[in-house]
Amino acid sequence: MVKVQVYVTLKEGVLDPQGSAVKNALHTMDYHEVKSVQTGKFIELEMEQTDNLDARIKEMCEKLLSNPVIEDYTYTIGEVVSK
Amino acid sequence: MKFAVIVFPGSNCDDDMFYAVKEGLNVEVEKVWYSEESVADFDAILLPGGFSYGDYLRTGAIARFAPVMASVMEEAKKGKPVLGVCNGFQILLEAGLLPGAMQRNKNLKFICRPAELIVENNETGFTDKYEKGECISVPIAHGEGSYFCDEKTLSQLQANNQIVFTYRDNVNGSVADIAGITNKEGNVLGMMPHPERAAADVLGSADGLKLFQSILNHWRESNVLTS
Repeated sequence: MVKVQVYVTLKEGVLDPQGSAVKNALHTMDYHEVKSVQTGKFIELEMEQTDNLDARIKEMCEKLLSNPVIEDYTYTIGEVVSK
Repeated sequence: MKFAVIVFPGSNCDDDMFYAVKEGLNVEVEKVWYSEESVADFDAILLPGGFSYGDYLRTGAIARFAPVMASVMEEAKKGKPVLGVCNGFQILLEAGLLPGAMQRNKNLKFICRPAELIVENNETGFTDKYEKGECISVPIAHGEGSYFCDEKTLSQLQANNQIVFTYRDNVNGSVADIAGITNKEGNVLGMMPHPERAAADVLGSADGLKLFQSILNHWRESNVLTS
């Protein structure tokens, strides 16, 4: 088994009203060193290890987990540590 | 003529859509559950508003893979009229039947009020009962109705006359004031405002009724020509 961590963020140039609202809030809290905030999604999958793992993950990201019109994705693959 | 209203888990404007057709047009209309395999027996397909699958992940992202959608996409490609309103529009975008994507409203608020729309293109099977440039009052009710597309897509939309409705007062931050667009072929319309909630005077506006009448009219004309 592997643990796949997918990060979905808005593409550059796409307005992020949630990010702007969070940035404004941080500024009103006196964290003026914050220059930009981008919000996004974090999705974690536990999957069976397969030969075409990368291709399958990319397919899932492009078909469902992200919307390629406005979003980019990155992912990391790690081992599942048994408890 | 027979209309289908697709019902997803979380749809909440299916009754409004159903009665707009039934009472407004007096033609056959049936609700079709999302797990059905085929909508081939229907002449027009309506995707209603609501919060399909709780808007999880992204609006419309999960509904787009509901079993009935394969058949909806097939019928759309055959040229049947498909109308998506609000969440229905979001589903059509996710399905790739219409270009672009939907984002949170610019002000991050859910906006629920009547909106004034301009009919930009009255030469579609959804709008030929309207005048070009006509201003109509149709309610909006959405949190994610800010339409986005890149510049290349926008110039294609403009060149092909695919922008059908625009907001007179752009309340949600949509690119080019866009409230509704069709596909290139003109048989798929997506719009955030709710014509089914403006389908009778008793509802405060009957301006949306002409949209349904246009669909019926168009169907009658093309069926007289072919038979």
